[in-house]
Amino acid sequence: MAEEKNRHIAFICSKGDLDMALPALIMGWAALGNGVDVTIFFTFWGLDIINKKRVDHLEIAPVANTSFKFSLMGLPTGNLGIPQWMGALPGMTAFATAFLKKKIADLDVPPVREYLQMLVDGGAKLYACKMTVDMMGLTMDDFVEGVEGIVTASDFIDMTEGAQIIFI
Amino acid sequence: MAVREIAGKPIEFDDEGFMVNPDDWTPEIAKVLAREEGIEELTDRHWKVIEFCRADFKARGEPPTLRRITKAGGIPTKELFKLFPKGPAKKVARIAGLGKPQGCV
Repeated sequence: MAEEKNRHIAFICSKGDLDMALPALIMGWAALGNGVDVTIFFTFWGLDIINKKRVDHLEIAPVANTSFKFSLMGLPTGNLGIPQWMGALPGMTAFATAFLKKKIADLDVPPVREYLQMLVDGGAKLYACKMTVDMMGLTMDDFVEGVEGIVTASDFIDMTEGAQIIFI
Repeated sequence: MAVREIAGKPIEFDDEGFMVNPDDWTPEIAKVLAREEGIEELTDRHWKVIEFCRADFKARGEPPTLRRITKAGGIPTKELFKLFPKGPAKKVARIAGLGKPQGCV
């Protein structure tokens, strides 16, 4: 009797902004909780998520972000967006980041570093993209504990055979 | 909705296999449900998780999420996944006689 292969989801994290770092972490954790195997492949800007020096400093910028509107802060302004010139003022990125971090923390969502540890402890396998690693001159020493290794695109294709792949 | 007899009591389950009435739960029922979830024997550490979940549910009115079990319950993530392999989130809630946890963490 052939053993049924366990459901496997692979997330590709290609972005390094705070809002784009969370989806894979949240869904990955939910998948682990439901007994699904999880692989997360960090590439390009996504390497910031597992970079020891960057993981606590992921940001969100209101500039060129048409979704970040005044109404997010509870103001009754409907669809009024933050003007681009305003978003470019010194301090706006820091403000937007602090604001988003607080909103997330209010929901008991852990900071990214802690989330990664939870995922590793729950059995998720984290990998860094070799091409990006080479491009940015990084090594395994630059990454948080729990990253399995640096793999090529071909490796990723092999290890995700049969898996559902989600690109973020 | 289905009613099954477990450990001599008629217990109502919802479509996803969670007990409808947490008050119907007994440790005997937990043992039967655990076996159904693939856990042959409940150790002290299993009971610590189950008891925390039931106490937390009583205190806060909702079944604790996995992260809450690890943080407030003091059970390390690694251990929790070892105790209830292949998806602790729903398993723990089912065995503890609680509904499906509603949080995303």
